[in-house]
Parts: sequence; structure tokens; C-alpha cells
Amino acid sequence: MQPVNPQLTRRRFIKGVIASGAVAGTTSLWYAANGQSRPAGAVERMIRLNVNGQDRTVDVAPQETLASTLRYKLGLTGTKLGCNRGECGACTVLVDDVPTYACSVLTHSFKDGRIETVEGLEAPDGTLHPVQQGFVEALGPQCGYCTPGQVMAAVGLLRANPNPTREEARQGLAGNLCRCGSYDSYLDGVMRAAEIG
Amino acid sequence: MAYMHIGKDFVPPDVIGKVTGRIRYAEDYTREGMVYARLLTSPIPHARVLDIDASEALAMDGVYGILKADEVYPDGEPQSTGLKILTNHPTLVGEPILALAAVDEKTAETAIAAINVTFERLPFVLDPLDSIQEGGPNAFVDGNTFGQQGFTEAKWTADQVASFRAGNAPAEDAPTTGPIPTFSIGDLEAGFAAAEDGYIYEGSFTTAGYPHHSMEPRSAMAYWEDGKLYLHGTSQSLTALANDMAGIIGVAKEDLVFINAATGGGFGQRARAASIPSMAIPAKFSQKLNRPVMMRITREEEFTIGGARQGFQGWIKVGFRPDGVMSACDMFVVSDNGGKGGGADAFSAADCISILYQTEAVRFRGASIATNTAHRGAQRGPGQNQIAPIIAPIMDAAADALGMSRLDIRVVNSAQTGDVGGPQGTPLTSAYMPEALRQAADDFDWEGRQSRRRQRSGSKVTGLGIGQGYHNAGRSGQDGIVMMGADGRLKIHSGVGNLGTYSYAGTSRAAAEALKMPWERCDIITGRTDNHLPITSPQDGSNSIFTNTRTCYGAAMDLVAKMKEIAAADLGGEPADYDISEERVHQIADASVGMTYAEVAQRAMELGGRYTGEAELPEDLHEWTQIAASRLAGTAFMGIYHDPAHSNNPPGFTVTCTEIELDLETGKFEILDMVSIGECGTVVHPQGLKNQLVGGAVWGIGLSALEQHLYDPQNGLPASTGYWQSKVPTYLDTPARIDTGWVDLPDPENPVGARGIGEPSQGSVSAALTAAISDALDGHIFGAAPITTDMIINHISGTREDAVALAQNNYRGV
Repeated sequence: MQPVNPQLTRRRFIKGVIASGAVAGTTSLWYAANGQSRPAGAVERMIRLNVNGQDRTVDVAPQETLASTLRYKLGLTGTKLGCNRGECGACTVLVDDVPTYACSVLTHSFKDGRIETVEGLEAPDGTLHPVQQGFVEALGPQCGYCTPGQVMAAVGLLRANPNPTREEARQGLAGNLCRCGSYDSYLDGVMRAAEIG
Repeated sequence: MAYMHIGKDFVPPDVIGKVTGRIRYAEDYTREGMVYARLLTSPIPHARVLDIDASEALAMDGVYGILKADEVYPDGEPQSTGLKILTNHPTLVGEPILALAAVDEKTAETAIAAINVTFERLPFVLDPLDSIQEGGPNAFVDGNTFGQQGFTEAKWTADQVASFRAGNAPAEDAPTTGPIPTFSIGDLEAGFAAAEDGYIYEGSFTTAGYPHHSMEPRSAMAYWEDGKLYLHGTSQSLTALANDMAGIIGVAKEDLVFINAATGGGFGQRARAASIPSMAIPAKFSQKLNRPVMMRITREEEFTIGGARQGFQGWIKVGFRPDGVMSACDMFVVSDNGGKGGGADAFSAADCISILYQTEAVRFRGASIATNTAHRGAQRGPGQNQIAPIIAPIMDAAADALGMSRLDIRVVNSAQTGDVGGPQGTPLTSAYMPEALRQAADDFDWEGRQSRRRQRSGSKVTGLGIGQGYHNAGRSGQDGIVMMGADGRLKIHSGVGNLGTYSYAGTSRAAAEALKMPWERCDIITGRTDNHLPITSPQDGSNSIFTNTRTCYGAAMDLVAKMKEIAAADLGGEPADYDISEERVHQIADASVGMTYAEVAQRAMELGGRYTGEAELPEDLHEWTQIAASRLAGTAFMGIYHDPAHSNNPPGFTVTCTEIELDLETGKFEILDMVSIGECGTVVHPQGLKNQLVGGAVWGIGLSALEQHLYDPQNGLPASTGYWQSKVPTYLDTPARIDTGWVDLPDPENPVGARGIGEPSQGSVSAALTAAISDALDGHIFGAAPITTDMIINHISGTREDAVALAQNNYRGV
């Protein structure tokens, strides 16, 4: 057997992936997107974000994803990273009321946006948002890892359509995976949330 | 029996944290001075590491060091299959070779790219039948199987393999190998002879391997403080996993604090420490660097080291007597053991047939063969659920041939209380399968829908399916601890992991039930091992409800007994003269004579000794529990219990009925309706049970219609590392509503009558679905799971897709 140098394989692989346009799935670029160090020569900017109704000034690298900023700069770890490639929806947040995969958008794109995460839903007195309450009553979550994303997708749905049919709710949450398979219970929770209003 | 808590819904304490995002998973933690580890993984499927040159990487700013296999295994890597912490002998793409820690992950990735690893490339194999053929490549240097004799090489002649691939019966002397290579029950020859006037089916089958893909990647963070290791990780089994993880890491059990408040999905692959040794990387790295180390795992890495179901390539012959009784089943399975060893799925499949259908004679033979593909580990109903979608259409074919209804043939063959099953003829603790079948049929209106069977509407045709699921669902021999302080609150110490089943809370309610305590006066102590938690069984095999209601109930009853002793000593009479109610222990004859729980707990702490765990602990407590009890001793009134071993088999059963509409032009089908019924003894937590039934349904749809491993045959690269490629079922792949129900009859060998359910709920749905697809296609048996749309279209168009040679880890027939 001929010894081989894996470097060649790795480089070939990464080049191939970039050529195919499937860059979001590569490990290297994910960690580049975490923005925990600044690339040489890049301009770093302090930007202001409106998160859960509060203006937050934060140091954001140009290539940084919104999920990274929320989790690792602002400590809002309710936003989960399940795939970091726009497949699972665990990182769903609302930007101007629109459910958005925070893993797949750059933070700099939302300097003027109104960002809401799962941490911002409870009332100051601790009263749960109707979607959260509906999910509790229906025992929507199982392992809970996808739950914040499901909650935010449901909040976005109900703002656009306060009284959805079950089928509309199913379509509305279709961008959020649940590996535990709790879809039926989440839909029960959405319908309950619509009742609670 | 009227229960105070059992059978009633409640809000498990972690649910609020889940809907608010406050509950924390391993990667949500941070620690001052934390550095970040990244992995260098194998880019090729089978290799030997000849040299690692990390000099350039180690010279980079921000790099703290590397961790290699020879550091974590100073005496050499274990000579076995199974996942290693790190390895110099990768047997699959993506296996971790080394870890590098840096100030941040980008620096770590940049540094890893500068490491030169020289590999010796070794032959690799992706299909077990390619390996088992004489002259075929082996997944390991020393063979293609691993067992009691170590690595061995299993080989068939080219003719034997070609014949098996073509769907023929293996030769009588076909070599078998694997964890449990063969068993036989009853007289097989007589069984098939009895079926000669009935119905005999014979054919080949394939089931695909596919990944667990838990939502939470198995990230972990570790640091050392005052000689103790604090490990934030992920697991299905809190104390069972921690107990074994201490050994993998090489730290004393007393010095490991495993922190795991919530786990983002397990499905079998996070039940045991051996299937998640990667958590030892930050543990050992933090010890080496004397810094906290966070190791985040990507989705791709989770695919590689996160486990997968074994795929089957099999042959089965089933005989039914004229009265519909399954009189004989002969099965041979070549199972794909992947690159890191697997389990005994094929044995479990045959065991399942023996129990679920009470088959008079069963012969199982198998060969478990390694391939250079993802790690195989227990995945929801390992074995039982692969065979469920295969056997259901065969049952239907037999029913049609014998002129029976498809419901009746299942009732005829169903398990009931008093029956035995499996190679040892193990008695079932109880079984109510006929009741489950009838309840499912009634709730679904099975008889009323028969007129729609195979009806056409344009290009669409209706199919009806009924399926059954089984898994053994309970263990024993574990420990329980409850504590009560002077405030009279009950603290239930639970070592049960929190993977989303809420069994940690459901089983705790057995303690509240025994003490007749209001739930709001109870606290579940769990989430981290320095809360001093008793040992549990690993939470695989749907066992938690049965196993841990026994321990919680037992510990609470120990507290009750001690309460009566104290009351009798202080207030007169004998302990038998006392009872409990409304948080008091009191005389039966005069309830006004007694003590509150708070008073008796206070008195217990004054007395000390056996009342506070300082003396006379139960014999046979597990070492882990002894450590926990020693740390709790003297702090409060203690109830402690060791559950004696018990030998019978507590089964979990499910039945599913479904109606589908299959489009003959596209091969797609829509599930119009589905009912799943659980038969798991007394229901402990209705909402939790419902979630297991609907969750299992989604998994069943994935098994029967969607999920499969795909590998590049040229380079051995996995092509299904993400959710999208793996076709994990979405909202739109599943019905908008799945109706559920349960039989709710008690099991006599559990103090609250309960058994488990999580795994069979997938099997019955996958069975019902393949039965419905077969029904829609005039009874055609694909002998496959999944049945994909292209297979359906090929069948409709006359292409004999199902008759092509068996294949694994690839598109079927390609």
C-alpha cells in the first residue's frame, strides 16, 4: 500500500464542495462563521442590534452568522444549533416577525431588523407566551432541543395567521425538524395557542 | 386501582425550561478560560496512521496543544471493535484521529489544516456480502467479524454469495458468526410440514441502515477543579452512563461530576458510555492543558460517531397452518455491523418473531459482518423494528391465501398472559395483545374500512395496513433513594436520564404514589451526579418505566416502613398498627394518634443510624449507589432500596392501523389516517405515552419509506451526513393527526402495573405502512425497508426492482 497524504484529499474535497456551491455544509466554513477570531485584514465593526426589544451593541465579524452572535456574543443560548446548515430549524428566530434560520444568515444583514428569540417571549412577570403555554399544555416538547425553534416558528405563524387550521399549522411549521417525532403534539400546542390567543 | 398520581397527566419540571430556552444542554455552558477543541478525522474509510507531523500547527498563535490516540491509550488501543476515543486505525470516514485545542475554533481549524498525517491506505468494503465472499476485502486488518475469539474472518464461496444475493435459501452449512449466530426453538421440519396444507412464504429481504441523527450533536465541555472532573455532556442514562464513563476516562467514580440536565435525543445511541467515548476527549484534554475545554460536534461528525441502525440482508421462510397459526419460521440474516462493531439486531429480530407471533418453531441463523461505514449501535428497537415491516406483508399474504381476515390472523398468533417466548422460553410478565388488536381495530373502524381496500380513484389507490410492534420493556436489579427533610418534602433522587421521554419524572411519581404525597410537595433531584443519585439501568430497551418505578416505589416503601417503626416506638403499638395518609403516619385504629411527615422526618434525623443512611444499608447496593448514599448519609430521613433481580420478560406491545392513498403515476403515497395503540401495562403518564406513540410513528414512517445510508462506492464517503440527505421525516411526511390509545391493564410484576413502550411504537407503524403499501399494490411484497417511491414506480412499470441482488449502503439494486 502506498502511503498517502490526506492533505491532498482534504483540499480536493473542500475545493469540490465550494465548486458545487454547497458551502454551508462544510465544517471549516461553519467555524469561520462563528467569528471567534478576526480574519487578517478584515474590518470588524461594532453594530447595534435590536434583540428582544433591547438595543445591544455587539462586536460582529463580517462573516458571523446570527446564530453565533446570539449564542456566543449575547449569551442567548435558547437558540439552538442542530445542523448549522439550514436543514433543521432549531435555530429559528424572528426577524421583523418572519421566522428565519439564524444559522444561515449573517448578523450584519440585520442591523436594522427587529430580532426576537425564545428568551424574549415571556412577559416580565413570567407569564408564558400563548405558544409556550400551548406547548406546555400539549406536552409538545420531547427532548426539547428543537423546541425553541418550533416555538419561534409557531409565533411567526400565529402573527401572520392567528387562527390557522391544523393543516395550515402543519405547513407553517414544516421548516422545523423534530427527530423525536413530536409533530402531532406540537400541532396540538399550536392549536391550543391559537385558542389562548 | 385508583391511583393518586399514576395515570394522570402533570407538568414535568423541565418542560418550562424547554419552551423558554432556559434549560441548558452541554454546549450551552461556558467557563472562564475555556478553549476549543476540534477534531482531525479520517478522510478515508480504512487506514493505518503512519505519522503525524503537527509541528507547524503547534507553532501557531493561539494553539494550546493536541491530543492523540497514544496519549489516551498509553497501553495501546483496545483490541476490539467499538468506538475509540481517538484512533490510529480508522475503519470509517470521519473517525477521530486527534484533537487540537486553540483559543477559538477558527484557529483550531486552521491549525488542523496544517497537520500532516501520513496514512497507509487499507482495503475497504461497504457491503457485507462483498466482504463475506472469499477473497473479498475485510473492514478490519484482522478480519470482518469480532467475537469471543477476537477478530475472525467469515467467508462464503462465491457461489454461496451469488445464490444468497439472488434471494435463495442459504446452504444448511452456511457459516454463521456474530454476537448470537444461531438459535432454534421447536421442531422446524414438523412446523413446515404442518403448513403444507396452509401457506408457506419464502423470499429474500433487505433493510437499510441509517443514522440516529439526534438533534443535539454530542458536544461536551470539561474542566478539572480540586481533583474532580466536571463533565458537561449528553446521555440517555444519567448515572448508568456516568458510572461507565468514569472507567473510559480513567477517573475514580467519586471524582467524576457528570452534568446532564437535558439531552437532545438519544434513540439508543447515548444509553451507554461505550457508544459515546468522544466525551472523554475534552475530559482528557482539559486535564492535559489544565484549562476548560469545549468540544463542539458538527452535524457531519454526529453522523460519523453518532451511530446507525444495522442493515439486514436476509432470507426468510414462514409457514402457516390452515388455521392461520404460524407454525414455523426459518430466517438467515447477514447484518451490516459497520466499521466499529454493532449488536445483535438480527437475533433480536428472530426473538421478536418468536414472542410477537408465538411461532411454534423458529430457527435463526446469521452472520454479522463489518463494513467500513458508520458506527452501528442500538437504535430504537434494534432488530425488532427491522423485521416488523418485513413480516407484516407476509402475514397479510398468509391471511389472503387462507381466507382469513388480516386482523384475525394476528389475533390467532398473538401473545397473551401466560405465554413464553424467545430461545429460552422466557415467560412474559403479562401480555394483552388480543385486546390491543381489537382496540386498534375498533378505534380505526378496521372492519368498516375494508370496503375501501384497493379501491381506485383516478391514479390513486387505497391501501389498508395493520401492524404490530414488540420490544422487551423492563429490567430489574437497580437502586432507589428518597430523602425527606424536616420540612416534610419528599426528594426523589433519580439517576434516570432526561432524553425527552419524561420517564425521569414519571417513574418518580411512583415514589409519591407510595407515600401518598401531593406532587407539589415533591422534588425530583437529578441533572448532575453530585446530587448523589442512585444507579439505574442504561436507558435503552424501553425499560425505564418498569425498572425505575420499581426502584422509586421500593425506596418510598422503605421510608413508609421506617415511618411506621418510628411512630410505633414513639406513640406505642406495633408498626403494623400504623398507616399513612395526608402526609401523616398514624394509628389505623385512631387516626388522631400519629405524626406528620415533617415530624417523623425530624425524629428520624435525631435517631440517625439506619433512618438516615448511616447504618444498615441494603445489601447488594451498586457501588455507584453506595457512593451516593454515603454522601447523603446523615443529612435527612432516607428511604433506600435495592430491587432484586427478576427473570421474566415484561413486554411492550403496540398495534397500528393505517390507511394510505398511493398514486400509481408517481409512486408517492399519503397517509390518510393512523391509529396507534399501546399495550404497556398500567399507563403512568398519558401525555408521555402519547408522545412515545406519535414519535415512534414518525420513526416508523422513516424506517418504512424514507431513511437509508448511502455511500460513495468508489471512495467510501458517506452521502447522507445531514438531515436533508438522510430524509429524516418532516411535518409534511407525517399525517396531520395521529390518533393514539392504550389498553391500560396492569402488569403484576410491577408495583404500579407499568411496562415500557418507546421502541415498539416504531415497529407497529413501519409494519402497518409496508402492509398498506403492499395492499395498495395488490399484495405485492417488496421485502424491503424502506420502500421508496422509485421502487414503487419500478414495480408498477414492471421493472423487477425487488428481485435484483441484495445490496447494502447503496441504492437498492444499483
